[in-house]
Order: sequence, then C-alpha cells, then structure tokens
Amino acid sequence: MNTSHHPHKKNIWQKLHIDLPLLLGLLALMVFGLFVIYSASGEDAAMMERQLVRLSLSLCVMFVFAQINPEILRRWALPIYIAGIILLLGVHFFGTINKGAQRWLNLGFMEFQPSELIKLAFPITMAWYISKFPLPPKKRYLAGGLVILLIPTLLIAKQPDLGTSILVAASGVFVLFLSGMSWVIVGSCVAAVLALLPILWFFLMHDYQRTRVMTLFDPERDPLGAGYHIIQSKIAIGSGGLWGKGWLQGSQSQLEFLPERHTDFIFAVIGEEFGLIGSLILLALYMYIIGRGLVIASRAQTSFARLLAGSITLTFFVYIFVNIGMVSGLLPVVGVPLPLVSYGGTSMMTLMIGFGILMSIHTHRRFIDR
Amino acid sequence: MSPKKRIAMHDHAAEASLFKRRALFTFLCVFILISLLLSNLYQLQVVSYQDYETRSNDNRIRVVPVAPSRGLIYDRHGQLLAENQPFYTLELIPEKAQDITASLDKLNEYIELSADEREAITERLRYHRRFKPLTIKSRLTEEQVATFSVNQHQFPGFRVEAGLKRHYPYEGLMTHVLGYVGKINTRDKTSLEKSGQWKNYAATNDIGKQGIEKFYESLLLGKPGHLEEEVNNRGRVIRTLKATPPTPGQDIYLTLDLKLQQKAMELLNGRRGSVVAIDPQDGGVLAMVSSPSYDPNLFVHGISSKAYSALLNDKSRPLINRATQGQYSPASTIKPHVALLGLEEKTITEKTRIWDPGFWQIPNVERKYRDWKRWGHGWVDVYSSIMDSCDTFFYDLAYKVGVDKMAEFMSKFGFGEPTGIDIYEEANGIMPSKDWKRMRYNQPWYIGDTISVGIGQGYWTSTPLQLTNAATILANRGQRFTPHLLKSFKDETAKIDSPIDEREPITLNDENNWEIINEAMRRTADKSRFTDASYTAAMKTGTAQVFSVAQDAKYDSETVAEHLKDNALIIAYAPYENPKIVLAVVLENAGWGGVNAGPVARALLDEYMLRDEWLVAE
Repeated sequence: MNTSHHPHKKNIWQKLHIDLPLLLGLLALMVFGLFVIYSASGEDAAMMERQLVRLSLSLCVMFVFAQINPEILRRWALPIYIAGIILLLGVHFFGTINKGAQRWLNLGFMEFQPSELIKLAFPITMAWYISKFPLPPKKRYLAGGLVILLIPTLLIAKQPDLGTSILVAASGVFVLFLSGMSWVIVGSCVAAVLALLPILWFFLMHDYQRTRVMTLFDPERDPLGAGYHIIQSKIAIGSGGLWGKGWLQGSQSQLEFLPERHTDFIFAVIGEEFGLIGSLILLALYMYIIGRGLVIASRAQTSFARLLAGSITLTFFVYIFVNIGMVSGLLPVVGVPLPLVSYGGTSMMTLMIGFGILMSIHTHRRFIDR
Repeated sequence: MSPKKRIAMHDHAAEASLFKRRALFTFLCVFILISLLLSNLYQLQVVSYQDYETRSNDNRIRVVPVAPSRGLIYDRHGQLLAENQPFYTLELIPEKAQDITASLDKLNEYIELSADEREAITERLRYHRRFKPLTIKSRLTEEQVATFSVNQHQFPGFRVEAGLKRHYPYEGLMTHVLGYVGKINTRDKTSLEKSGQWKNYAATNDIGKQGIEKFYESLLLGKPGHLEEEVNNRGRVIRTLKATPPTPGQDIYLTLDLKLQQKAMELLNGRRGSVVAIDPQDGGVLAMVSSPSYDPNLFVHGISSKAYSALLNDKSRPLINRATQGQYSPASTIKPHVALLGLEEKTITEKTRIWDPGFWQIPNVERKYRDWKRWGHGWVDVYSSIMDSCDTFFYDLAYKVGVDKMAEFMSKFGFGEPTGIDIYEEANGIMPSKDWKRMRYNQPWYIGDTISVGIGQGYWTSTPLQLTNAATILANRGQRFTPHLLKSFKDETAKIDSPIDEREPITLNDENNWEIINEAMRRTADKSRFTDASYTAAMKTGTAQVFSVAQDAKYDSETVAEHLKDNALIIAYAPYENPKIVLAVVLENAGWGGVNAGPVARALLDEYMLRDEWLVAE
C-alpha cells in the first residue's frame, strides 16, 4: 500500500507520528477560530489567550496520543468502556447538577464529565468488538453492537445531554455502517428510527427539548423567549450577506444581540462578519479535514483501525453539521460546539485526542504489502 | 480472542475494499449535507439578505425623540411672562437596582420621603415594567440634586433626570390670559391623533390647556428632534449615529403691557371684577385682568385634587376668566351707543330736549319706570342725558326706536357675539331681540323688555371685553379691529408682526354723530373723574342691578346680601383727540359705578398716559 520509494527511510514527521496535511488543516482552523473568538468576545485579549493555551495543550495531548500504538488502544478498549459506564452510573447517582443537567462528577479537585470519556472510548470499543468478526458482520453480532451502543447513549440522554448522546450514538452507528452491514438492515433501521420518532417525542423528550424543536419550525412564535437565540442568530448570518460586515464589525455580535456568541453560536459571528464567502472557506476547510480523515481510514491496515479512524472522522462531521444546522436554523438547538472554533476546552480536548488517534493509525502502519 | 475460537476467517482484502466503498459513500453523503448547509446559508445571506439587514439595523438603531423647548412668552416691551425652568426628577430603573427597600431607606438620609410617598412607590413598583424608569420624587431642589449626586454610587439604578418645565414668574397676575400647560391627557392625545399632530409630541409631556398657551400651542411647541443611537441588546447606548436637533418653539410677544396689568391687578386688590384695556390703534389688548385669580404654576406640575376642588368650589369663582366669560349687564355704559342710534335714526337730534320728572311711562299705561334720580333731571338733551346718565331720556328713546333696531345696530359694535379674541375662553353675551326671546324662552317680546334694554339692563349682557371693544369702536369713530393678544412672534431669524385684523368700519348716515357722542363722553369725564387730569379723556359709568353675576352662577342664600349689591362699571378712553387706550372696568357688587369703578379707571389711565415715553413723544 505504501507508495514511498524508500520504505525504510522515515521523514521527521513520520518519526514524530504526525500527519502533516491533517496538522496543517487543524492549525488553519485554530488560527481562524482565534480571530473569531477575539471578535466574538468583544475584543477580549485575555479570553483569546486562554483559548490559545487550551489549543496548545490539546495539540500536546494530540501529540501524546499520536505516539500510542492503535494496538494498545484495541487491547484497552473494553476496560475503558466498562470504566466509562461505571462513571456514567456514578453521575446518575452522585453527579452534581449544573444548569438543570446532571453531567458532572465532582472528583474533589476538579469537575469531570464522564460523557466526554465515553465519546472517546465508545468508538474504540465498537471498532474492537465488530472487527473481531469477519466483515460484513452477521446479524447477531450487530445485535451485540446495538447493546454496546444503547447503554451509554441512553445513560447520557438521561442526564440529559442530547447533544452528546447523539454524538456517541452516531460514532457507534458509523462503525457499524462502515463495517459493511447490509443495506437491508440499514434501510430497516432508518425505517425503525422514523417509526420511533413519535414515541421519542411524546414519552422520552423533555419539555425544553420539545420547545426547541417547535421553535425551530416557527421561531417567531416566541421571539423573546425560546425563539430569541435562533432569530438573532439568523439575523446575524443573514445580515452578513455575501462578503460579511468585516472582522470586528458585526453589530449583532459586537452589540451582544447574539447569545452564546463565542461558544455554541460562534458560527453566526463568522456568518455575520465574513459572509457567505467566509462560511464557504470554513466549510471547505472542514471538508478538507474530513477528506484527509477518510483517506487515513482507507489506508489503515486493520479493520479495527479503519473503523475507528472512519468513525472519528465522521463524528467530527456530525459536530459540524449539527452545530451549523442549529445556528442557521435547520436543526433544533442542541448543545454542540463548532469543532476547534468554539471557545471552550472539554470537547476540544476530546476532538484533538481523536485526531491524535488518527495520526497514530496513519503513522504506525507497518510498511509491508500483503 | 484466541484464533481457535474463531468460526470464520477474515478476508482482509475484501474487508478493505468493502470499507473503501462505504467510506466513499459516506464522503458523498458528507458532501451532500455540506451542500445543504451551504444552500441554506445562500438562502439566508444572499436571497433574504435585505430582510435580515433591515432587521439587524432595527436591532441596533434606536430613534429617540428629543423634545423642543417651548417658546417663551413676553409682553409688548419684552418682559418675560412665561419661561422654561429646569427641574429635576429622581428616577429608579428597578432592574438595575439591587435592594430597592434598603436603597429607599438609605435615600431617606439625603432626600426625605414621606410614608405616603413610600407607599405610593411600593404600589407602583408592583405593576411597573422592570426596565422602565419609575419616578421616585419629582421637583428636587438643587440642594437635593447636589447631595444625591455626591452619594450616587450608593444607589445603583437610581438617577436624576433633568427636564424643562413651564414657569410663570408673575403667578396669578395674568393666569386667565396666558392659561397654563399641563400633562397631555387621553383626550388631548385623541384630538392630536385626529389632527395628525401627535407625532410632534413624541418627546413632549405637556400641552397648552388654556389661554394663550392653548391658542398658540402650534407656535409655541416647536418640532421634536431625533437622536439615532446605536444600542446593545440591553438598550445601553453605545454611540450616537446621527442627531437632528429639535426646532425650538417660537417666542411670542403679547400686546399686554406688564406695568398696566400689574397696576390693574393692584387696583382690583382681590375684589371680584375685571379690567380690559385695548389699544384703539390696532385692537391690541393692553391689559386683561380677572380677579380673583390663581397660580397657574400649580397646574404645571399637576394640581392636587384637594387644591383643585378648593378652586372649583370657591364662591368667588377664580377659575373663570371674567374679562371674556363674565357676562354682565352693561347698564349705563351703553347709553352713548343707544344715543348714537337715536341720532342715526333721527329719532332725536343734537337739539332734542325732553322733560324728566323722575319717571317715564309707556303711553296710556299706568306703570312708572323710575329714573335713578327720584326727583328727576328736568330738561335733558343728548349731552346732559349722557353726562348725568338720565334713564328717562333713554326709556323714551328705546321705546321709540324699538328693540330690533337696537339689536341690529348694537351687533355692529360686537354685542351678542364673540369678539374673536385669540383665546378660546370667550362667552357670547346676549344682545336681545324679539326673535332671540322667542327662540330662547318661547315667549313674545313685551314693550317693558325694550325699556330695560334701553338702559343696558334686562336681557342685555356683555363681557368686559365686549364692552371695551364697543367703546373702542366708538372712540375710533367706527373703525373696527378684532381684539387680539398676539403682537408678534419670533421666527428662527426675525421677529414677525402678527397681522392685524381690521374689519369693515361702521359708517353712519351722518358722520358728525360720532362727534356728538364722543363730545358727550368727554364732557362726562371733564365734569367728574378727570376734571384735574393733565390729559384729555372721555368716559361713561354704569351701575347695574344684579340679577345674576354670571349667567351660570348659582343662587346662594349665604351670600345673597353681598350678591344683591350693584355691579359698578365704567368705560373710558384717553386722550380724547387721538385715543391711545380704551378701557372698561367691572366691579361685582361694588355699588355705584362712578364712585367705585371710576377711581380704578382714572388710576389706570394715569398710569398709562403719564409715562415718560408719551410725555417725551408729545
């Protein structure tokens, strides 16, 4: 598979287990994000500095994970998964309540979100489990996978944290799909989900979640309440026009009409200040990273590595799609940040660990043609 | 995990190619979904751009109206009669305050709040929108403003707002002329909306309620300006984008003469009555006093209901403008006009003499109409009947002329209809006729009615302004002006004189008749009140039997004795040759006109005629 002319000679990046094309894409995104945060925070240099520290830290963590051989991850998959489930149960019984959701475990010295651990551990576990069997997997193995998937998803959804549970479920579904489950099953699953939607709506969703969905279809119904976020966000994006109002010039962002503008709604700032062109450039950058991720996945040498890399990459896309979809009024408001651009540490760390794993997968290949 | 347990073997090549197909498929899906996002963004940012841009501007730009300052009011010599004074209000924005009760307790150390005030604040807070300012105390003294400002840091959410309020420095001196401004009420608002004026009141709280303030509201108001401000989501002003300054209201100059007005008020000295003085050269009102009066400043800040009902129930009725709304029997003050009619109709001539035995009888009727002089004036002609105010001469004259001729002639002098002066508070008065009585009372006219009207009694009533106006026409030998109070107004650049409304003059068959009547009045003045005056004057007094103070006055048994006394009246002008001032004085229940109203008229003419400016000019 390797096309290198000097199979035994590794360049410096390979020795460091870094994938340069992916790293450049990520760095470009981060630099862009820093500029946007500076604007969205009302030119708060301190906030930008904190984000810079986080980015550097997460780059270091990425670098560390890039050194870990995927084989080690595979071996530790199950214990980490079980530990994650135990922690989630811990949250369920002992967790602290913050903003109406029980997501945090107080470890004495810090607050910790076990669902973030699961976000990482889960695709590894799923890839480990499904790659044990010859692919495409048989139905009974798929059923086992479904059980592995449902336990954490439901626990997280119960916290409630709809955004994370969607991301976790998606990462599992991607593994199953990429493993080559038959189209018949894919089709019937889609049909089943559609059939389950009413049950979800009437029995499982919280009132505030229902309100969010209702607001999506008619934000003007409650312009100062539930609809406020989405209306202001759409005004920000729409008023940006083709070229945008210019960096630091967005009135919606600078005058604080836009809520959560440096975290979940940061895309609205991009839309307002950089216009359609800016959005297009951002999305192109994301496409590039996703493309590179899928290339890495395709070139991986084991099913485990392929499935894991594919799942990590596609989960990254789910972040993007859910976030931009919500900010631009296509999807209900779900707490998902814009990856690597939104201000905040936890999800960035998780994502960068994911990219570390991707790089590890790519740079730990043994260069033998089978 | 041991290979032995595996049932099937992995086919690595097949798995790799299966994965590639799936990866390609998902990448395609990613591409489609990203295109979906982009098409949505295109919809927002390109197709609906205009709409969202407008909404974005609506968000951030707030247009704040700025109140124009109300035009000032001056007298004819530039003395300030109505000004705008700064006033300070302590306001609270509830949502910005921390502990309102504690703050109010602490505030008490600097600005005292009574228990009632505290209660009212608590009550209003309950229904108040949290982000809107609530008045805590209005009309702060400058000292209170200073103390509060120093300690403002202790009171988050509290602030002092400055504004301008109307102030009338002369208080009750000419309340009935100037009127006053008050808070715009729902009725004002409805009528402003109907006339399309409401937009000019965007930042204005007060409106002229009476008098000049009401009549010239549109001149005094000005036009509001606008501030276009950029605000953030909490409404805090970030910067001002554009400022259109307001156009201040126009300053106006009245025909009033402050010194004359003051003198008149002083002479009335709290008695019930009225003085009106007119400049016969143009109809400008030099003085218009209605006594007793009240302080218009009370109404500017909102009068308490207690104070208002005290004014309303006051038996001396300070609220009505006696000069234009008080309807009095003109009594003998109209004898010159009746005599003029007699000359015109040739019912009498300059030489006509009749014998007055002290009474007069309708031919072949028993009843005697008595003269005020029980033993009679003897032989009287037109001059002496005016000088001595002989009733009998006028009984006879009225009987011969008839009421309808009188009504027709007197209406030329403005009796029975509003003079058209530039304030809205004006009564018609009554100039009776046969038709009028049939319409009003559905009764036929009796000869006796005519006899009373002949001496300015009976159904005939007139306001002091009408009386002055009629005297002015006489002094002007028929030249007629609409009495007015506005002399000029100041545009942005220049002082513009208000146009004078001259009406078609009264022409007589024999213009010499004017001279006969005016001469009679001059002799009246010479012989009595103005014997020792250093200027020439003409006058006629009147003493009216009272049957009602004003048409709508109520009979009140407690004060009946006082109210049964005669009203004292006088009309006078000076100088005789080229009149500069014509006036009428009415004193309610004062007794004889000559004795009581006479000194007032004399003192006023002295005040006006003996000024240095006149003496220098002539």
